[in-house]
Amino acid sequence: MSATDTQPPAPPPGAAPLAPRAAAPERPAARVIRDFAKSPLAMIGLAMLVIITAAAFLAPWITPQNPYDLRSLSIMDSRLAPGEVGFSGVSFWLGSDGQGRDMFSAILYGLRISLIVGVVACTSALFLGLSLGLVAAYFGGRIDTVIMRLVDLHLSFPPILVALILLAVMGRGLENIIFALIVVQWATFARMARATALSERQREYVEAAQSLGLSGTRILFGHLLPNCLPPLMVLYTVEIASAIALEATLSFLGVGLPATQPSLGLLIANGFQFVLSGQYWISLFPGIALLLLIVAINLVGDRLRDVLNPRNIT
Amino acid sequence: MVYVIRRLLQALFLALVMSFLVFAGIFAVGNPVDILIDPDATQAERARLIAQLGLDRPFHQQYFIFLGNVLQGDFGNSFVYNRPALGLILERMPATLELAFAAIMIAVVLGIPLGLYAGLRHGSVGSQAIMAGSILGFSVPNFWQAIILIMVFSVALGWFPVSGRGEVGEFLGIRSSLFTLNGLHHIALPAINLAVGHLALVIRLARSGTREVQAQDFIRFARAKGLSESRIVLVHILRNILIPIVTLVGMSFGGLIAFAVVTETIFAWPGMGKLIIDSIRLLDRPVVVAYLIVIVVIFIILNLLVDLLYSLIDPRIRLDGARQ
Repeated sequence: MSATDTQPPAPPPGAAPLAPRAAAPERPAARVIRDFAKSPLAMIGLAMLVIITAAAFLAPWITPQNPYDLRSLSIMDSRLAPGEVGFSGVSFWLGSDGQGRDMFSAILYGLRISLIVGVVACTSALFLGLSLGLVAAYFGGRIDTVIMRLVDLHLSFPPILVALILLAVMGRGLENIIFALIVVQWATFARMARATALSERQREYVEAAQSLGLSGTRILFGHLLPNCLPPLMVLYTVEIASAIALEATLSFLGVGLPATQPSLGLLIANGFQFVLSGQYWISLFPGIALLLLIVAINLVGDRLRDVLNPRNIT
Repeated sequence: MVYVIRRLLQALFLALVMSFLVFAGIFAVGNPVDILIDPDATQAERARLIAQLGLDRPFHQQYFIFLGNVLQGDFGNSFVYNRPALGLILERMPATLELAFAAIMIAVVLGIPLGLYAGLRHGSVGSQAIMAGSILGFSVPNFWQAIILIMVFSVALGWFPVSGRGEVGEFLGIRSSLFTLNGLHHIALPAINLAVGHLALVIRLARSGTREVQAQDFIRFARAKGLSESRIVLVHILRNILIPIVTLVGMSFGGLIAFAVVTETIFAWPGMGKLIIDSIRLLDRPVVVAYLIVIVVIFIILNLLVDLLYSLIDPRIRLDGARQ
């Protein structure tokens, strides 16, 4: 990625802004990867993330059953404890739920939905927040005031409340929850984008671009945007984790995803009714999967924060 | 004073905007007649009901009627309980406030000593364990953590009840389950569940504050003067780390009320949060609208109070922004 125009350490001052392309654009990315790999904890997080994502997307091929194909379910297999062998001879390593669904398969399918919702919502929020933040920073004045007032107002309400209000009004559904998550998250991105862009705007390369007579939009998207990306990427990773957690919470409460799209939150909610009778696995294992996913993303995000921080570049 | 009035006007304007948004949102969703009327009703009966409810009037007229009623405290009757929606919510508010209060107490009473310890014994095993625990406290989704609490402490160990508020006692005219043993027994798990996230925050704030204050001249001077360690920690350090913690507690009260939705639903705590989730499920529209307006008003008031408190606690903060 060309996000690091200003980062190569070598060029003499003054030359850097005008001729960055020539200075081997591969290098900053290589440095980021090398620095990232120095932390074993972050590598464990990355490995976990890769395995979880791969398992979630390969779910139809690697799970023992399709948990939403009713023909493959048998009510005789319902609520089996972990490790028990079912009626049809399949063993249920993580147990089965009230409908005789294999928990392992259900978790992988659920992870897939949770991941898709989190990533789609967060990416859209990133684009929305980024554009508004950049516009606010670049144009300043009244546009800036209006956008930032809106952001401040937004951030004074807790995310779960905003999402709950929206879903109470719109009802549950895949599109609705993605919309709610975007509404919840854009303001965080907008604030970060504006703050970064404001400090980047002072730099010489913007002045240089202006004196070359480039248009406002060209400077905004061609020059400011790439340089604002690194801190936003860190925020983006961490926000995916919180989007997934929020979606799980809302689905657990019954206002998020409908029963036809069972994410991890819904699986945990289904298991909750059996917790009191000691059948812990229906809630426990999806929860562990959710926790591992969130921790893995946070570990990666934490390391990215250290690696991409311009102050740490030597 | 000018500032206070300006903030009040802003808050009023905000409340008006939010009431409009909530109303417009509900308006856009569909026709309540479909829920209220018998499916076999004729077209004429349907039209009569629509006229009776005022649903045939233009949008702005409906909004002003709604606003007028709301200002008189009339949000309509709940479809489920057939009682005024606002009354239902106000009746449940004490339970929620009590839960939020208990959670804040837990977060502060446990969080400050733990954070102090982690800051003073920086790098020790105990300190690292505390910090690792606080990271875990951030990461574990609240609702799942509640289920684990129930699994361990109610189902496996049988120490705490699973749901409900228990007996409610009265003390100085305040009715709360904090005043009876049975009530305390019931509130323990939900309060811990609600507190964990904030506990982690308080620990981190107390720890970083301690480390910062410890390095300053007046602490070194106190040591040089030969003051006892306990006096240094309890008087000089503690006082200086309290300011950010007090602000955090003030600001997080609103967040706790919002997050109580999750805790209340799981522990069947009879507060506002459980009411709203039940009402959303049962399509009890008046209660949903009333809850949304009440919570928005609570939030506007809380934000206003926190802003005003800021300028009181720390005179360096000038919120006008005009004069620096």
